[in-house]
Amino acid sequence: MSEPLIFHFDVDGENFTSAGQASTQVKKNLRQLGLSPDIIRRVSIAMYEGEINMVIHANGGTADVIVTEDYIEIILADKGPGIPNVEQAMQEGFSTATDSIRSLGFGAGMGLPNMKRYTDTMEIDTMVGVGTTITMYVYL
Amino acid sequence: MTSSTYEHSVRLEVSRCMGCTTCLRRCPTEAIRIVDGHAKINEARCIDCGECIRVCEYQAKKAVVGKLEDMDGFRYKIALPSPSLYGQFDNLDDVDYVLDGLLKMGFDDVFEVAKAAELVSAYTRLYLKTEGVKLPVISSACPTVVRLIALRFPSLNDNVLHMLPPMEIAAKLARKKAKEQHPELEDGEIGVCFISPCPAKASYVKNGFADYKSNIDVVVSMSDVYFNLISKMSRSGESQISTESGMIGIGWASCGGQATALFNDEYIAADGIENVINVLDQIEDGNISNVKFIELNACTAGCVGGVLTVQNPYIAKSRLQSLRRYLPVSMNFLTPEEEKYIPELYLFDELPEYEPISLLSHSMAESMRMMADIQTLHDSLPGIDCGACGAPNCRALAEDCVKGLAHMQDCKIIF
Repeated sequence: MSEPLIFHFDVDGENFTSAGQASTQVKKNLRQLGLSPDIIRRVSIAMYEGEINMVIHANGGTADVIVTEDYIEIILADKGPGIPNVEQAMQEGFSTATDSIRSLGFGAGMGLPNMKRYTDTMEIDTMVGVGTTITMYVYL
Repeated sequence: MTSSTYEHSVRLEVSRCMGCTTCLRRCPTEAIRIVDGHAKINEARCIDCGECIRVCEYQAKKAVVGKLEDMDGFRYKIALPSPSLYGQFDNLDDVDYVLDGLLKMGFDDVFEVAKAAELVSAYTRLYLKTEGVKLPVISSACPTVVRLIALRFPSLNDNVLHMLPPMEIAAKLARKKAKEQHPELEDGEIGVCFISPCPAKASYVKNGFADYKSNIDVVVSMSDVYFNLISKMSRSGESQISTESGMIGIGWASCGGQATALFNDEYIAADGIENVINVLDQIEDGNISNVKFIELNACTAGCVGGVLTVQNPYIAKSRLQSLRRYLPVSMNFLTPEEEKYIPELYLFDELPEYEPISLLSHSMAESMRMMADIQTLHDSLPGIDCGACGAPNCRALAEDCVKGLAHMQDCKIIF
């Protein structure tokens, strides 16, 4: 077994135009590792949605992607407002994004549902006023 | 088609290359390195976009295309002008004079790519209505984009419009017309010459799509034909030939022309290779919804921005706008019978196979070890991406070192 690879990114909450950069870099790395197009697509969608969420709701955070020969683990951690009702947040179409965010085409309420759909497991650890950590696994 | 058999149209003329870092840093696929004082193109990565030709101050990058003399062996010669050609001339108020000029140059017939483009537009409207088509449909007209998708965006393969580009349809229809009008001609006696705005279209003709072989015999550069043509062109009086394309066909020469011809506003039309890559990344990320069609042009402003054109793309575009002004929307329609299905002639089966060009090693464990080394090396480099080492950026140098293609000592800042 080789050592797991760790890709760490700081997601800048101030700069909306940079959202999506971590996902693009991860995609490049996974291509170099020779992963299948389907796996790369799933990981990049989940990453992308998570990144956007952190920018919109939590003023940024960190993204860590851990690659082993058996799975890819994605950990998105922020010190944002937390999610008061996770069940509600998981419903397709539910969104608390502001109108200005929606006018940019975001806030369709598909972020968390897509993250769940495109990964094999997803866990949300959240506390109101403290922050949210989302851990996702994609098995290889 | 594997990269080793892919025949490119962008070449380096070593004697002219000064080994500067201009092309190195502009290449969108990081296919260039400076080795022993001059540029070296990695053929597996090159997508023939022509950026390096465009930016080289020493004309050290060349497009390898055919010459008009290559047509001499054919008994019946057909010219296929791409619509961007019409935008290259000043004070031109009628496309007919361009077509007439081509006949005076010695071609026996002229078949407009713009005419074929109008038919492709009509069938694309039909294609979009076909059940089960994967949305968004991505245009297949720009060969650089098609190759880019094959090399870098394999998950979007099924989104690519499985219709041949207008230049190819024009070649097929032109041959058919020649055979009908001159039944005495043998297939090998008919020569089809495409007048191209870019090297990528020449590469397409050399390589085809996967197993598909092109019907075009010779590709010449627009800039090579230009002065010959302009000397033969009149600007007034009767022309021997009239255009058979309308606004739509001519519109294909600039960005947005293909997309607007679908009469459906749910589209994206992007131009310039960096924008194209960004849009493809966003489609892959699932960030683009409610869009049915994506038109992507590797060159800025569309085909009028090709490196083999003569005029500035925006000036050419403006001229095309005035040429279009009094033309009908389209001159090529489908009969109700033709509206029923897309003929075989227009379709291709398979795209080139996915080649993971950036793959580090075929063993995942080995790839992971290599990437860990790349990260460590990258952290120790200055991170200013100066290009002095011969790689486009520090990350690329780290990758090259780990692959055994370069040495840390190549870094001019540290050593």
